[in-house]
Amino acid sequence: MIALYDLLVAPFAEFAFMQRALLGAILLSISACPVGVFLMLRRMSLTGDAMAHAILPGAAAGFLLYGLQIVPMTIGGLIAGMMVALGAGAVARLTIQKEDASMAAFYLISLSLGVLMVSLRGSSVDLMHVLFGTVLALNNAALTLIGLVAATTLIALFVFWRALVAECLDPLFLRSVSRLGSPVHFIFLGLVVINLVAGFQALGTLLSVGLMILPAAAARFWTQRTEFMCLLAIGLGMLSSVSGLLLSYHLSLPSGPAIILSAGVAYSVSVLGGTRGLLFTRRPRTAHRTA
Amino acid sequence: MSACVTFKDLTLGYNSHPAVHHLNGVIREGSLTALVGANGSGKSTLMKGIVGLLKPMAGYCKVAPGTRLAYLPQQSELDRSFPARVVDLVSLGLWPRRGLLGRIRPEDREAVAKALSAVGLEGFEKRPIDTLSGGQLQRSLFARVLVQDANLILLDEPFNAIDAKTVADLIDLIKRWHSEKRTVVVVAHDLDLVRQHFPAALLLARQPVAWGEVRDALSPENLLRARQFHEAWDENAPWCEAPGAIAHSHHETGILHADSHAHQRGSF
Repeated sequence: MIALYDLLVAPFAEFAFMQRALLGAILLSISACPVGVFLMLRRMSLTGDAMAHAILPGAAAGFLLYGLQIVPMTIGGLIAGMMVALGAGAVARLTIQKEDASMAAFYLISLSLGVLMVSLRGSSVDLMHVLFGTVLALNNAALTLIGLVAATTLIALFVFWRALVAECLDPLFLRSVSRLGSPVHFIFLGLVVINLVAGFQALGTLLSVGLMILPAAAARFWTQRTEFMCLLAIGLGMLSSVSGLLLSYHLSLPSGPAIILSAGVAYSVSVLGGTRGLLFTRRPRTAHRTA
Repeated sequence: MSACVTFKDLTLGYNSHPAVHHLNGVIREGSLTALVGANGSGKSTLMKGIVGLLKPMAGYCKVAPGTRLAYLPQQSELDRSFPARVVDLVSLGLWPRRGLLGRIRPEDREAVAKALSAVGLEGFEKRPIDTLSGGQLQRSLFARVLVQDANLILLDEPFNAIDAKTVADLIDLIKRWHSEKRTVVVVAHDLDLVRQHFPAALLLARQPVAWGEVRDALSPENLLRARQFHEAWDENAPWCEAPGAIAHSHHETGILHADSHAHQRGSF
């Protein structure tokens, strides 16, 4: 019993930095996982990845001008992310090009700008920080930001839920009954950006998208209802956060990759063992009903 | 009867090539019109113009104020892999009533249940939409139109790849809407079906060939004229300089070139 306590509870009970990391990761799960469900259902999972790269030059600009400060890096990331989201979205809606191509073009330009800026003045340690984050060093400002983003995301999802579902399920129908089609798409891209920005302090620009996509992709194998999928994704995100932080603590692993790898395990288990996963849907069935 | 949709010199198209060229006329309230023509003759484009999904290149298309519109496109953008049940799909039809935030009330659920029953899909409420057959999906989409409770209903090729029984059931629904004084426009290719069930037809070949009572509009002469229509764009076509000067259907009679009552079998 004591061994179990030492293994699972003590790290969080005894160390303030672990409590802050846990709080940050749980808030991020509540916020980013349902956004990830909609990204996945809109077949935009890789767009999340592209957006994560896109915020790099903004964060780098903030870092170059003000050093490792959360506010300027966040504002920079937000501006860069929004510019890429709006630019790619506008090209996709106003020209013949589809969003996958325009998004790829915009994020690649953005990423190269970011790498250029970091290499101009930063060291490789700085680059590592921006790319991989430090969940174990979340300060008050970072936690406040994550909390604000989580609140904004939940309110936006609650308000726009019906439009988001309609836009995913039948976009042409939504356009025939409402003018919300385009605005809701951009609001959604905005949610993706603010969640990535919130995540990059903790997990870095490269891995913050992991907490968004992996729990969502895992949840898809268990349920057919969007609302349950969101709740399950949040649960899996939290579970991955806790197990990742514990792994990081006990085995001295970097915390960001440990959290995302835990989510990866949840995904692998779901692919195989989920009620809509490989084993259940592909097993040979000879028994069948008459109708 | 007053006008539900008014076309005035309406030209719709893509890349400066017209798909509907200088259309004039009126769809009256409570009318049931078949929109007939070859592939590429501008039928779907006209539907999109009425819905407002496509902006006119010239002229205008005016839908009477206060009109509630329901549109069933030919190529639905419906994502069948989305985790939704039949009841979720049909409930989308509540949007005009409840919008973004309106609470779904017991009478709304009742309306959805009644619509499902009207299209013969009782018991399908909880079926995931990715398990439906083509006909069942089309019935679900008609149920959604029912729930929308629209007074202008636009159906673009609703009978494509649908079996005879389902077509008959859907025709009954269309007739019910007509009897309820709703305005209905249906794109259809089966001329026998149109002659049997539709009082009016608009025969389109980029320009209106004929528009009026179905037996007049679909006369052999008009059908022959429509069949001579060449759908390909002409990259060297001269620029149209006289808006409204090309072709007109008449508001009052609504009939063009209707000089024969003879029937011709066939389809577009």
